[in-house]
Amino acid sequence: MRRAGLALAAALASAFCLAAASDPAERLPDPAQEARARVLFKEVRCMVCQNESIEDSQAELAVDLRRLVRERVAAGDDDLAVRRWLVERYGEFVMLRPAFSLANLVLWLAPVAAVLVGGLALAARVRSVGEAPDLLTPEESARLAQLVRAGDGHDPAFKSSPDDPKA
Amino acid sequence: MARPQRAGTGVMIVEFGAFALILALVLSLAQTGLSVAGRVRHSVLLAGAGEGAALASFGVLALSFAALVYAFVVSDFSVANVAANSHSEKPVLYRVAAAWGSHEGSMLLWNIALTGFGAVLAGRGRDLPRDLKATAVAVQGLIGSVFLAYTVLASNPFVRLADAPVEGRSLNPLLQDPALAVHPPFLYAGYVGLSVVFSLGVAALVEGRIDAAWARWVRPWTLAAWSFLTVGITLGSYWAYYELGWGGWWFWDPVENASFMPWLVATALLHSAVVTEKRGALPGWTVFLALAAFSFSMLGAFLVRSGVLTSVHAFAVDPTRGVLLLAILLATAGSAFALFAWRAPSLAAGGVFAPISRESALVANNILLSAATLTVLLGTLFPLIREAVSGEAISVGTPYFNLTFTPLMAILCLLVPFGPLLAWKRGDLSPAFRALIVAMVLGVLAGLAALWLLTPRKAFASLGLALAVWLIVGALVEAAQRVRLFKAPLAESLRRMRGLPRGAWGATLAHAGLGVFVLGACFETAWKVEAAQTLAPGQSLRVGAWELVLEEVRKVDGPNYEAETARISARRDGREVCRLTPAQHFYPAGGETTSEVAICSVDVSHLYVVLGERREGAGGAPVWLVRGFWNPLAVLIFAGPGIMALGGLISLTDRRLRMAPGRRREVRT
Repeated sequence: MRRAGLALAAALASAFCLAAASDPAERLPDPAQEARARVLFKEVRCMVCQNESIEDSQAELAVDLRRLVRERVAAGDDDLAVRRWLVERYGEFVMLRPAFSLANLVLWLAPVAAVLVGGLALAARVRSVGEAPDLLTPEESARLAQLVRAGDGHDPAFKSSPDDPKA
Repeated sequence: MARPQRAGTGVMIVEFGAFALILALVLSLAQTGLSVAGRVRHSVLLAGAGEGAALASFGVLALSFAALVYAFVVSDFSVANVAANSHSEKPVLYRVAAAWGSHEGSMLLWNIALTGFGAVLAGRGRDLPRDLKATAVAVQGLIGSVFLAYTVLASNPFVRLADAPVEGRSLNPLLQDPALAVHPPFLYAGYVGLSVVFSLGVAALVEGRIDAAWARWVRPWTLAAWSFLTVGITLGSYWAYYELGWGGWWFWDPVENASFMPWLVATALLHSAVVTEKRGALPGWTVFLALAAFSFSMLGAFLVRSGVLTSVHAFAVDPTRGVLLLAILLATAGSAFALFAWRAPSLAAGGVFAPISRESALVANNILLSAATLTVLLGTLFPLIREAVSGEAISVGTPYFNLTFTPLMAILCLLVPFGPLLAWKRGDLSPAFRALIVAMVLGVLAGLAALWLLTPRKAFASLGLALAVWLIVGALVEAAQRVRLFKAPLAESLRRMRGLPRGAWGATLAHAGLGVFVLGACFETAWKVEAAQTLAPGQSLRVGAWELVLEEVRKVDGPNYEAETARISARRDGREVCRLTPAQHFYPAGGETTSEVAICSVDVSHLYVVLGERREGAGGAPVWLVRGFWNPLAVLIFAGPGIMALGGLISLTDRRLRMAPGRRREVRT
């Protein structure tokens, strides 16, 4: 649905022209520091843009933010200090990676929780099979009979190993 | 042609379109009423009339849509929608595409797909039991009625203007692109194809029938919708890649997420429906997914149009109509899930299976895909929730998804090759391991090679590469296993190859396609090389192993723009490999500047060059900012999903899906 991006164009028309952060006029002289700054850019939101990092945006604010981040890096701040400085100045909104905090706990833990719940449900489901003999349970026999009736008994998909080539 | 038509056939045709739209709504209502009556009275005649109404509704709506396209083609600016979204100078293809470029037009396209799928359900579902079919057609008619009513009352594309403007308002150059013209139809076919799955799910709950046969009826619809959705998302991604000018192809933008969530659910449904079909197990879960998939489609339609989220791609944002769409979403999905909560407890749990079995593998797939869907959902909506609760604004961007979604998918990729090699009910891991040892060794070797040979050294990307090779070789191993390649005489392998169900080939292709995608995505993301420099003609820029020589920049004026086009020679080891002509177009009418990226494909990699702004160089001579990207294996990012969609289509032609029970006897040879 991105498609109809009618506005997209209008909003970003100027930004499209240039990928932003690699502009040689902005670069730091020290390649190691420049590389660190570039990694940081990807985590920082261009707040006046729709949904872009300052790495990608050509908006004036993004240019300013890049300059500020580069200054911090050049001044010797480590990544953590730069991030903290950004959040103090602009609020949590500026970081594209939400903080791991109590308020964001659901956000960070939900994926793990979902896998755990699913895993437990699966475990509960398969646990009892260990003792079950390979023969059909009465329920299954009934079901099989029903399926045979439904499928006229000629349904190739109901073979025990349906993916075998039909020999 | 270019001037608004005030009299004659043009007027008639637009009014006819408006009339046909309303008629389609009436027919959809009739479809629902007749089908319900047919079901309640067990009347073949009434149910048949309901099916006829479904066909008629689609036919009439197609005429209505044709009328709208006509208004766009002849630039009838007395129609408000045409005046707002078209321009007489647009090429014909883009005038046609503009018919679905607006909120109103896109809803009409949505409805076309909705009634179209309804018509296919009514016309082709002959192998469905009569009651189930009547109920499904009724539900499909109800969904159609709701969305058609919305279109007629709140989003009518045929509304006239009292004073027709002389010229249309939109000539946005960025949207004049072939990929953008075909992207929405594919995406909508995917979104809305899931409506049939939804209708069949509701019908199964109403009829109390969710069994192997039902799962098989659901499968082709899911496959078709999933394939369309895969193509639609990939087209959108490719468009962003070559249009946005920084080589990105996925931004975890809310609008992208909105299209990705139904895809994830549909993927899960494809796999759980297999369990229900082959083993009669997980009926409740499968029907839950059947309801969820279309609910996510509707959620996407709401999110994109309501403007509750900021997006790079937001369009036609309208909060008032957003509320209506939210109401439709809540009413439709809400009543379906209420029905589910009421009926699901009565569903039999189905067959038992051991921890190591095909069923377990497919359930693991579902757990991971569901967790991934939840992650994308939360990542999309959590900023809204937090802002509503505490008033604090936060951002959830790419770094979050890299830390959550990506590991989930990595685990899934690790498990994928095992699934098809495990037996139903009670499998054995050791034969699967033995079969996959080649894939394992090759995967590990690829990962280690990447770690040692590629600079800069990237551990996670190397791991991704290992997974990609594991997936691709794993899929090939599984196919080889099925035909007993190298284990039986070649003649027998060939014979088995022919006898293998198409569905099996489809699964193999889809899994291999996933591997191809992972390969391209990891490689491109980790080892792309970027360089930018201001160049005067004759100077050059180094991008990795490439030397880009700016030969000249010429002014070339197009029909409605002024352009600066650069001629760049791309050389590797001193030899010219390709010539590129990136350009900057300036449109005086709207004051917009666009950048025409030049891409040179070298095998499956892309050399991607952008011409930037002109600056003042030393001594006042002009210099141009030139950016070059070397995107290794970039083609695979888009080819992978292409292969997956192809797998889906091949599965769709499986004779097991096409045959009605009564006709099955004929095909047994």
